[in-house]
Parts: sequence; structure tokens; C-alpha cells
Amino acid sequence: MRAVLSLSSGALCGAGLHVSGMTDTSRVRGFLDIAGQWDPTLAFVMGGAILPMVLAWRLTRGRVPLAGRAFPAPPVQTLNRPLVFGSILFGIGWGLVGLCPGPAIASITYGGWPGVVFMVAMLAGMWAVPPLRRLLDSRTEHA
Amino acid sequence: MEMAWLFGLLGGLLIGTGGAILLLGTGRIMGASGIVGGLVDGSGSDRGPTLAFLAGLIAAPALFSFGGWNVSTNATPQLWLLILAGLCVGIGTRFANGCTSGHGVCGLSRFSLRGLVATLFYIGAGVVTVSSLRIGVGL
Repeated sequence: MRAVLSLSSGALCGAGLHVSGMTDTSRVRGFLDIAGQWDPTLAFVMGGAILPMVLAWRLTRGRVPLAGRAFPAPPVQTLNRPLVFGSILFGIGWGLVGLCPGPAIASITYGGWPGVVFMVAMLAGMWAVPPLRRLLDSRTEHA
Repeated sequence: MEMAWLFGLLGGLLIGTGGAILLLGTGRIMGASGIVGGLVDGSGSDRGPTLAFLAGLIAAPALFSFGGWNVSTNATPQLWLLILAGLCVGIGTRFANGCTSGHGVCGLSRFSLRGLVATLFYIGAGVVTVSSLRIGVGL
């Protein structure tokens, strides 16, 4: 049951990324290019995606998942340096090529070798984070 | 495409519906970087459903493309840019604990302060990057 729900969720998300044009890096970079030929499409995608999610979060109140133990705890409100620096680093990479994790995965079958190179580098970066975190933590402890 | 905003809105609704099904059905937050990152570094649980989600995420666009609705990714052929960007996205999203789907779609829709701050910073950094690339080196 959880697998079927996850599969359909992934398929809807993938279809949405494809239909909206978000697997086209020129459209994504066009949104970020506010001083140039600005392309507002990404804002419509974000808005369209947030609407059902607002409803979904409301429906979680006082309930349990259809096939799961519990809903996520209320959002943590603490802001910290990893959040800010990580987001800035992500934004730089996003601007450089125009790919973020969702669309990069969704377009892997038709993105050709540039898509594969980006994916390998992204996975390597993700894989490197736990050791990087440990390194940074031990440095701040000794400082 | 003239009606790009309409396709954007439609696609967005599909993405949000996918997120709603994952949340209400399984209790998980649809964050692409968290889902794939947990698989890569071994921190994620729920391996079967995770793989099922990724299978759907890859299969649906592949079917559209195979069926004739082609979308070109128009990604740069510059090897160093692809590698640098991939590393930034991979490392950045894991440190920040989320990307466009997790912090953006799922975070903003529950009025999460962390989601809002992350979204402002990655869009800001993206705007600065794209603008300086275009003005500086004409990319």
C-alpha cells in the first residue's frame, strides 16, 4: 500500500515537472534572470503546487496517515547556519545549470549525458555531506 | 510556448497533488533531496516506498517523452559547470535539509519559517548567479 501510494505520488510529481516545463533548464534559469528576459512560469508552478499542499496539511490535523504511523511533527522554527549556507550553495548550483534534485531525476531518461554528469556530481555531493558535517563539527568543538 | 503559465499552473497542481498523496497516504514529506539523499548516505528508512516514488518520478516523464511530448532540458554542455553545479546542489540541499520541493512546496504550504528562509536564500543566490553569469561571461 505504501509502495503504491509512493509510486503514484512520484508519477504525479514527475508528470507535473514535465508538463510545467520545469525539466527545461532555460525556463528555470529564465525565472532566475529577473534583470533579463524574465520567465514567470516557475512562480505559477510553485503556486499551483502549494495550493493542494495547503489543503493536505490542513487535513493532517487530528488524523493519521492512510498507510503510516504518524504525520511529521510541526515544523522546527530554529534558523541556523547550515540552513542559510546550504541554501545559498544550492541556489548557486541551481543558477549555474538550472537543475534542482526533482527535475534532475525526472529528466534523467531524456537529459542526455549533461543530465547524467549533473546527477553523478549531485549524488557525490549528497554522499559527502555526513563526513563533511562530522569534520565541521569536530573543528568547531576544538576551536 | 504562449500558454506557458497555464501549463506551469497545471503542472504545479499535479506536483502538489503528488505531494498531498505522499503526505496523507504515507505521512512523508515530498522532498526530492531528502528522499534521494537518504538513499545515497544510508540515513533514510522506508527503502521500498522510496524506490517506488523514484520509479514513478522517472517513469512518468519518460512516458510523456516516449509518447511524443518532448521537453528538451537545454542543459549546458560545459563539463566543469555541470560538475560544479551538481556538487553545489548535492552538498547545499543536504546541509539545508531540503530543496525546491521540501522547503519550497512542502515548507511554504505549512507556513514553515525555515522553509521560507531557505526559499528566499536559494532563489536570491540563484538570481545573483544567473545575472552575474549572463552579464559577466555571457552564459
